[in-house]
Amino acid sequence: MVSGQPIIRVRDLTVGYADVPLLEHVSFDVRPGEIFVILGGSGSGKSTLLKHMIGLDEPIGGSVLIDGADIVAARGDARRAILRKIGVMYQSGALFGSMTLAQNVRLPLEEYTDLTSDEIELIARMKLSLVGLALFTGHLPAEVSGGMQKRAAIARAMALDPMILFLDEPSAGLDPITSAELDALIKRLSRNLGVTFVVVTHELPSIFAIADRVIMIDRRVKGIIAEGDPRKLRTESTDPWVRQFFNREAEPLPT
Amino acid sequence: MATLAISDAPDGRRVLALSGRLDANSIRRVWAEGRAAIAAASRQRVVVDATNVDYCDGAGIALLVDLIAQRKPGDVQVANLAPAFEALLSQFDVREVERDQDPPPRPRGGIEDIGIIAAGIGNDLRDQVVFVGETAAALWYALLHPASVRWKDVWRICERVGADALPIVALISFLLGVILAFQSAIPMRRFGAEIFVADLIGLAMLRELGPLMTAILLAGRSGAAFAAEIGTMTVNQEVDALTTMGLDPVRFLVTPRIIAALLMTPLLTLFADLISLLGGALTLQSFSIPFVTFVHEVEAIVDYSDFMAGFVKSFVFAILIAGIGCLRGLQTTAGASSVGNAATRAVVSGIVLLVAVDGIFAVVYYLLDI
Repeated sequence: MVSGQPIIRVRDLTVGYADVPLLEHVSFDVRPGEIFVILGGSGSGKSTLLKHMIGLDEPIGGSVLIDGADIVAARGDARRAILRKIGVMYQSGALFGSMTLAQNVRLPLEEYTDLTSDEIELIARMKLSLVGLALFTGHLPAEVSGGMQKRAAIARAMALDPMILFLDEPSAGLDPITSAELDALIKRLSRNLGVTFVVVTHELPSIFAIADRVIMIDRRVKGIIAEGDPRKLRTESTDPWVRQFFNREAEPLPT
Repeated sequence: MATLAISDAPDGRRVLALSGRLDANSIRRVWAEGRAAIAAASRQRVVVDATNVDYCDGAGIALLVDLIAQRKPGDVQVANLAPAFEALLSQFDVREVERDQDPPPRPRGGIEDIGIIAAGIGNDLRDQVVFVGETAAALWYALLHPASVRWKDVWRICERVGADALPIVALISFLLGVILAFQSAIPMRRFGAEIFVADLIGLAMLRELGPLMTAILLAGRSGAAFAAEIGTMTVNQEVDALTTMGLDPVRFLVTPRIIAALLMTPLLTLFADLISLLGGALTLQSFSIPFVTFVHEVEAIVDYSDFMAGFVKSFVFAILIAGIGCLRGLQTTAGASSVGNAATRAVVSGIVLLVAVDGIFAVVYYLLDI
């Protein structure tokens, strides 16, 4: 369960594009084993923050320490060592379209381990059965539904048993039932495997179902406006906008 | 149908009485009339009387808004509009909607344009230099560690680049041989020199046209395919997924394609050379030059260095076509149109580079006396 030193430390992070900052001097910690949710309105910079945490984009300033090592400064083998500790599920799933689900999961194992093909096949099948796709290992991504693609993407992200899984908008574009199934899967994986989850979403039911802790970012202050347990923030936050968000109230139209 | 009646009220106000349906199909005439009537009544206040309007939709409301906005606030009033339509009209602040609240950005000056284009070219050049460096490093690594290459991908791409291209390469090079032979044989016949057509075809095809035509065909076929494929992967975040798995997209996507092109382009060039000679030989049969004579003539004039001059070029062309296709794919930003752009740019810059490099080869061969 949630304990010990932070597994991710984000310090003084300033991110943006073409030197125009979207978020300024953001700092927060993610503790091992927790389901940590980054939320915010559309266009607030949630996905951008995630991209910087996984080292895809170079920040304007600041650092992201993953298990003690700074992914911003790391290059070459040091960076690969950090990347092995994380798995990422992208919003679109980003499965390789020319490979079957099993081949997608096999890929990181083939690249990083010296296991035999049979052993890798077994691990790939186990990962896919963990997300409920044992019957679809030979299917191409285009042959399965959007929810299945996302689950397969989670299986691929878990191929090398990472310490942290980053999920970008897992329930976007899914129906409520599939979305709830995905939430249950995230809960189960977190409880049974002890994996730390960093999830970007703005789906309220998902947030209440899975989040141990949230941070809420907002483009007006270019930073964090709330941090903590979403169930408490809903009623106890002093910021009207935060309460509005959690209670799903529309902002009055400008008059 | 909408109609407009203009009259003067006893209190001196001009009354525009609208009646009928106010929708997009019926208001065009009354709109112009209404505007003209308001312009004509420049000293009077105006009332738009909507008592007899029995239908009014968004277009009708736009007409009313426009009429109100013709004068300063309060001078034009809408009266007796049915409550259902009044509710529609009350949604809008007349002065706000009349004005473009999001005007197009200020047009850039010429100097700014030049700067932006120059910066774009600079960035593109930097990208290309970085890409050449990364690709060279990845190919060197592949050479030292052949086991690291995804050979399954290489063979799959070889099939698409090589075997699948055979029909079109055969067709074009055969036609090229036939046309070259036919067009040159007719004037040569006047001097009884048809036999030298074999020399022409042999030298031109093996040294220049064989490698160049094959390369241009491949730029159109495989260069565009590479760009579209990798471009789509970029848009779908598949390239991001590779990066966060710690797998270098250049090693993973570019290396197999360049190796496949390197293996296949020279073979296709060889094939194109032979087929075009065959085309030439068949054409010359109709000019009474037998096949054997053609072969002997080609053998006598074309030597090994001529063949190698063309063959060596095909390796360089292969790297260019595959490299530029992959680069354009990786440069794709977002959206379907940018994938199309990537494919177009791959073909255009591929062909431009091919011609430029072919020119350099011609100069080098001339200086080396090959």
